[in-house]
Amino acid sequence: MKKDQIEKSRPERSRGEIIFYAAAALIALVGLAEATYLTVIFLSGETAVCGSSPDCFKVLGSSYAKIGGFPVSGLGALAYFSVFTFAIFAAFAYSRARKFFNLTVFTMFAVTVWLLFVQAFRLHAFCRYCLFSAALVFLLTGLVVARPSSIQRNP
Amino acid sequence: MRRYAPFIIVGLVAALAIGGGAIFYRTKLAANPPLKISKEVAETKDTGHVLGPANAPITLEEFGDFQCPPCGKLSEPINQLQKQHNLRVIFREFPLPMHSHAREAACAAEAAGLQGRFWQMHDLLFREQPVWSNSPDARTLFNAYAGMLQLDLDRFKRDMDSSEVQQQVEMDRGRGTQIGVQTTPTIFLNNQAVPPEQLKPENFTEYVEAAVKNAKPSS
Repeated sequence: MKKDQIEKSRPERSRGEIIFYAAAALIALVGLAEATYLTVIFLSGETAVCGSSPDCFKVLGSSYAKIGGFPVSGLGALAYFSVFTFAIFAAFAYSRARKFFNLTVFTMFAVTVWLLFVQAFRLHAFCRYCLFSAALVFLLTGLVVARPSSIQRNP
Repeated sequence: MRRYAPFIIVGLVAALAIGGGAIFYRTKLAANPPLKISKEVAETKDTGHVLGPANAPITLEEFGDFQCPPCGKLSEPINQLQKQHNLRVIFREFPLPMHSHAREAACAAEAAGLQGRFWQMHDLLFREQPVWSNSPDARTLFNAYAGMLQLDLDRFKRDMDSSEVQQQVEMDRGRGTQIGVQTTPTIFLNNQAVPPEQLKPENFTEYVEAAVKNAKPSS
């Protein structure tokens, strides 16, 4: 009986909304895989390289690549995992997850803009891994911003 | 069942990310076993640049690239450790092909070495690394550094392109390759490689000091 009540307290999501959150979860999964890869490289004491270009080395070996000894890529992995979690819960009609999903995506967007600024104006080098991650975050932000109003208005 | 589905999906992905990361980490470590300088290699004729006494309890041997940022960050801690603990420090050239000016910088250091100023040029190159690394004409800067060190400039310019200097760089690289060095900095303490995670400046000093404490002075 209680179970049924809980089920009923979560309104059904439209097909569009489920597709939207599934797409966001997929993008977050790709980001999670990339960030996990970079974190493992960092933990094994290496610095990722991009072919013969020194730029990745410059960026990922810089002081901006870690906060208090913790790799920024590790924080990225946590952020992507959060986005994935909130997207999945939102797809299953957990209303609160939607709020957290938006909040996390916008925070990641702000951090990404800051990291792009650092690469362009402080380090004068762009790392391909970071640019790929930035593209994923922009894609997620784009999805959230351009989300059809029918999906946004749904409770 | 539907109620638990998101928990199951998220749990599975978390397990996959952590498990996959752990397997990848172990694979990486297994692929790069700790390096060691064999007795035969250690006993071959020493061509590296040496600081400190021959009977020091700890010999720190670095395969370095002047354009590699982590090498630059370790340069000052190594200098300090050498002075504090009277270590024997050996530097060997290992310019990485991905660094556009690394080989030229190695030649500059070797050319300065021919005039007895290797370590001064070594320190200067690491200190000025952000400047010449980003310069389209690093050679001009190296000449300026030679001037600052009061080297015979004409000789320095000649030596930088000489076969003697090129050979020296190649010999150092060859020695590194023979041992299995692939990246920089690779540092050996008494012929045992320092684990990569200890090469971070915040860990390195502590690691070397622990090694000094444990080492018995050789007589």
